[in-house]
Amino acid sequence: MSLFEEFANRDRVFEFLTPVESPVDVRHGPILYLEDVNVSFDGFKAINNLNLTIDDGELRCIIGPNGAGKTTMMDIITGKTAPDTGSVWFGSRHNLLRMNEPEIASLGIGRKFQKPTVFEALTVFENLELAMATDKRIIPTLRAIMRPEYRERIDEVLETIGLKDLRDNLAGILSHGQKQWLEIGMLLMQKPRLLLVDEPVAGMTEQEMERTAELLTSLAGKQSVVVVEHDMGFVRSIARKVTVLHQGSVLAEGSMDQVSNDPEVIKVYLGEEA
Amino acid sequence: MSIIRSLTLLLFAIIMINPAFAQDQNTDSGRALLTNLAEAPASEVEDAIKSIVRSGDERARGWLEAYGANRLSRIKDTGQVVLVLNNRGRDWEIADPLTGENMGEMSRRELDRVAINNRIRGQLEGILAILDLNAADPDVREASARDLMGKVDAALVEPLQAQLETEENAAVRDRIQAALAIYRVGEGDLDAVDELSGSLHPRARAALSEAVRGDNPALAAKARQALAAIEQKLKLNSAAETLYFGLSMGSVLVLAAIGLAITFGVMGVINMAHGELIMLGAYTTWGMQQLLPGQPGLALILSIPAGFMVAATAGIIIERSVIQFLKGRPLETLLATFGISLILQQLVRTVISPQNRTVVTPEWMSGSLVINDALSLTLNRMYVLAFALIVFAGLMLIMRKTRLGLEVRAVTQNRNMARSMGIRATRVDILTFALGSGVAGLAGVALSQLTNVGPNLGQNYIIDSFMVVVFGGVGNLWGTLIAGLSLGTINQLLEPWAGAVLAKIIVLVFIILFIQKRPKGLFPQKGRAAEG
Amino acid sequence: MWLTRPLRERSTQLFLGVLFAALAVVTLLHLTMPEDSPFYVSSFTVTLMGKYLCYALLAVAVDLVWGYLGILSLGHGAFFALGGYAMGMYLMRQIGDRGTYGDPILPDFMVFLNWQELPWFWHGFDMAWFAFLMVILAPGLLALVFGFLAFRSRVTGVYLSIITQALTFALMLAFFRNEMGFGGNNGLTDFRDLLGFNLRTDATRLGLFIASGIALAIGYLICRGIVTSKLGRVSVACRDAEARARFLGYRVERVQLFVFVVSAMIAGVAGALYVPQVGIINPSEFSPIFSIEIVVWVALGGRATLYGAVIGAILVNYAKTVFTGVMPDAWLFLLGGLFVLVTVFLPRGIAGLLASRRKKQDEPTDTDSDTGKEATA
Repeated sequence: MSLFEEFANRDRVFEFLTPVESPVDVRHGPILYLEDVNVSFDGFKAINNLNLTIDDGELRCIIGPNGAGKTTMMDIITGKTAPDTGSVWFGSRHNLLRMNEPEIASLGIGRKFQKPTVFEALTVFENLELAMATDKRIIPTLRAIMRPEYRERIDEVLETIGLKDLRDNLAGILSHGQKQWLEIGMLLMQKPRLLLVDEPVAGMTEQEMERTAELLTSLAGKQSVVVVEHDMGFVRSIARKVTVLHQGSVLAEGSMDQVSNDPEVIKVYLGEEA
Repeated sequence: MSIIRSLTLLLFAIIMINPAFAQDQNTDSGRALLTNLAEAPASEVEDAIKSIVRSGDERARGWLEAYGANRLSRIKDTGQVVLVLNNRGRDWEIADPLTGENMGEMSRRELDRVAINNRIRGQLEGILAILDLNAADPDVREASARDLMGKVDAALVEPLQAQLETEENAAVRDRIQAALAIYRVGEGDLDAVDELSGSLHPRARAALSEAVRGDNPALAAKARQALAAIEQKLKLNSAAETLYFGLSMGSVLVLAAIGLAITFGVMGVINMAHGELIMLGAYTTWGMQQLLPGQPGLALILSIPAGFMVAATAGIIIERSVIQFLKGRPLETLLATFGISLILQQLVRTVISPQNRTVVTPEWMSGSLVINDALSLTLNRMYVLAFALIVFAGLMLIMRKTRLGLEVRAVTQNRNMARSMGIRATRVDILTFALGSGVAGLAGVALSQLTNVGPNLGQNYIIDSFMVVVFGGVGNLWGTLIAGLSLGTINQLLEPWAGAVLAKIIVLVFIILFIQKRPKGLFPQKGRAAEG
Repeated sequence: MWLTRPLRERSTQLFLGVLFAALAVVTLLHLTMPEDSPFYVSSFTVTLMGKYLCYALLAVAVDLVWGYLGILSLGHGAFFALGGYAMGMYLMRQIGDRGTYGDPILPDFMVFLNWQELPWFWHGFDMAWFAFLMVILAPGLLALVFGFLAFRSRVTGVYLSIITQALTFALMLAFFRNEMGFGGNNGLTDFRDLLGFNLRTDATRLGLFIASGIALAIGYLICRGIVTSKLGRVSVACRDAEARARFLGYRVERVQLFVFVVSAMIAGVAGALYVPQVGIINPSEFSPIFSIEIVVWVALGGRATLYGAVIGAILVNYAKTVFTGVMPDAWLFLLGGLFVLVTVFLPRGIAGLLASRRKKQDEPTDTDSDTGKEATA
């Protein structure tokens, strides 16, 4: 609180601009590693011996019929649900099962919910401000001030998600699609190593969908992205590798063409669609 | 003394009614017996008493009681023996012992008290007890045999053993035998210790403790064993009593909370006026008794439907006027219904009275069920316990087996889906709330039998009720039952060493900590449905 | 700095301006007017207003947690009472041997209960600094322990409200017991002086009134400072979308705990200033109905505005004073009706009515003043 501390704070000014020094150890390959994970709710097996590996910088689409365990899988990765058995590793150093949600988030895993969740009583700008990768402990948050470089960063993201004109409006007035974008924007502010995106294009127009596809593809490489989506056209437009979940375990994995020709998949999933 | 006096009067009143005793005073043998007693020298008093007892005269008890209480006097002039009804002041009120007829007042100088010494007075109690052993009513015989415990002396042994020969009632025989055994333990009889080892009567324990302290080592050792066995039994009995009180208190909690389990647990409506609905039920009972004076039992039974209706109506009014506008805003509902509770309390204060009202307990509900010497269960609590279980079973039936129950469950699980299937959600809301409120009214009817009925009645139960519902797991009626009964029992278990207030505090703190450990209570609803 | 930032907002300037003007006017009228003047403010009225100011501070504390954190505490009376008891214990020790029994150490009620020595927790309360520290620490500690347990297990919403109510109820029962060593039923009373000033003189009463006003100003600034900081926005985030906040990396339970503890401490200060003005502290301050009454002050004034809480507290308590004097029976009807009317018809309270017109222009300017910070920082 003293003037001295204010000054002392100044040497952290450029922290934001320095490349995020991730503590994640990906030297041994995958950034996310799930092995033999099982979860059941009241006897119903939501996840059944699930094995999944996501490589660093990969863009992965996960598809599957309702109840295949897609959202539950995300809950497990982000620490919301504890699995009955199995192991979940982030890089080769971090055992995610030992951490809670904020710890996992600070580690660099961002998540977009199925139902767009933004802070409706705050402005678009403030929503992004809160998402920014900064010191999120209590006292630093209390004393946080809006630095020019923060503002630039937020403006940058506002530009990306096309909400620049709405920056000072309450998030509550946004349309469904705009909220989806705002939430993706909040993920970008977090600078995560791994993005978990649950149904990003629900409620979006054709153009919005295209831009979302563009955005997600551009992220891949720098960051790993896992997209859960029902919209097959969208998946086809972005997917390099697709994983099909069925009854809580992996049914098939491969390129979109491989997967869509898999007889098992056609039977349980695409068959029903067609 | 006044008790003895009224007893004496009562006895004479009974005698007076009986025409067989309207004998001619001159031929009445009683006169001679009394005169004999009054004039006997100290050494012959015992014989005089014995002859009164042997006479079989039904008035003998009254005479001897009066004698023991120094209320038998002789008129100096005439030698007539009279009963003294009131011996305060200079002039004493007297009555004829043969007819019970009041003879007005007489200066105490003209009266001569029939003397009694302490030895005789001591024997008199035993003699009186034996008198009652001949009564026709076995309950009276048993009571008098119980009174004899610890009072038997050498003189009584023989008559008691004679009594034993003729007595047919097993309970009375047991009592007489125990009374004799106490005497024999005092005399150093080892076998008598065995007879007492099962008895829970304090006199039997006193006799055994005496023997333990005594100088007969064999007897002391045996008595110690017997005492230990008795202590064990006593512990069991006191545990049973605690359990009973605990269950009784628990049943009150269940009654108070079960309506809340419906409105809060099933509908998700926080009704802080729930306690006041209980209060309305209790006041309905009071009102019924005012309408039907002299028939508390009938009034109580009629109060059950009436209390339900009154509280349910109040519930419907609350739901329609306030709660329906606050759907989905639980904290606001909490505040608004709290306001209603204040209004209802003040309404009762203004319209009826700020003071507590007395609700009469009908005869068939008062008294207690005597299990043994150490354990008796009060009847009103037993009725309330049974009532709570019946109400619970009834609610279970409604929720599980009726159309309403099905609709309620459907609406609470998915309101929109239920509506689209043609269930009128608003109607279900009203009925559910009315049901929960009506049950609160029933709780009030039951509570009126256990506590004071006053404007603050409900307030005392609201926090407890919420605790029970939350502890049991919201939305789970079984959870509410088990939580209520177990919290009541825990409270009673703590009370002996912590005191009532501290016990309550401990239970509250326990629940506060428990909820933090298991926020969804004892029996949470699991799975995806519970998340929403 | 976060604490001084609100001073640059128009709303805070207005609030503080009105508050200090009122303090000044009352002080002036009290000191300069002759007693028979219609403008004279009696010592009784000064104390009454001092009491309202303490209630207002308490309401601000409740609004901080309810309005901005979404935690409806039905147990804030407990923190208020704990602060009050800490102050009461100090005042008790100040009586010294002037009590009825003349014991130099033991307060009267302990002598009456035949206690031989001071219980351990009464030690230190003869020193003002220690007692004043306890005014903040005792409620803070209770809030810390309770909040730590509750927020860690994610007990929120109605459940939290109910257990906060149970908490204050349990404390009330506990403080009613003589064995607790807080004077039981009668509480602590018969105070003589505070920091050497005789509590029965007009000057001390005026001083306490002004102190209450200043405490309200500081409390308001602290709360306003928190809610306009980033932490305040995080609080709102936790209130509206807890899961989202958590997945952004915020420790929701710590945010809740921090704000809850700060709020409890402010409530404690309010209680401490209240006690010397009313001259007594007893377990009735712990009663659940008092705590829930505080909430209705806030609801009437307008939730999540802070100044609304002040307006609500003063209005309701003024009405209470008037009605309990004129027609005591009507008061509970009125209070009960207020609960219903405010929640059903006036969900945003008086402040909501006032602000609804200005809101649109105000909101962006607020953000600007926050973000304009960088120039000076």
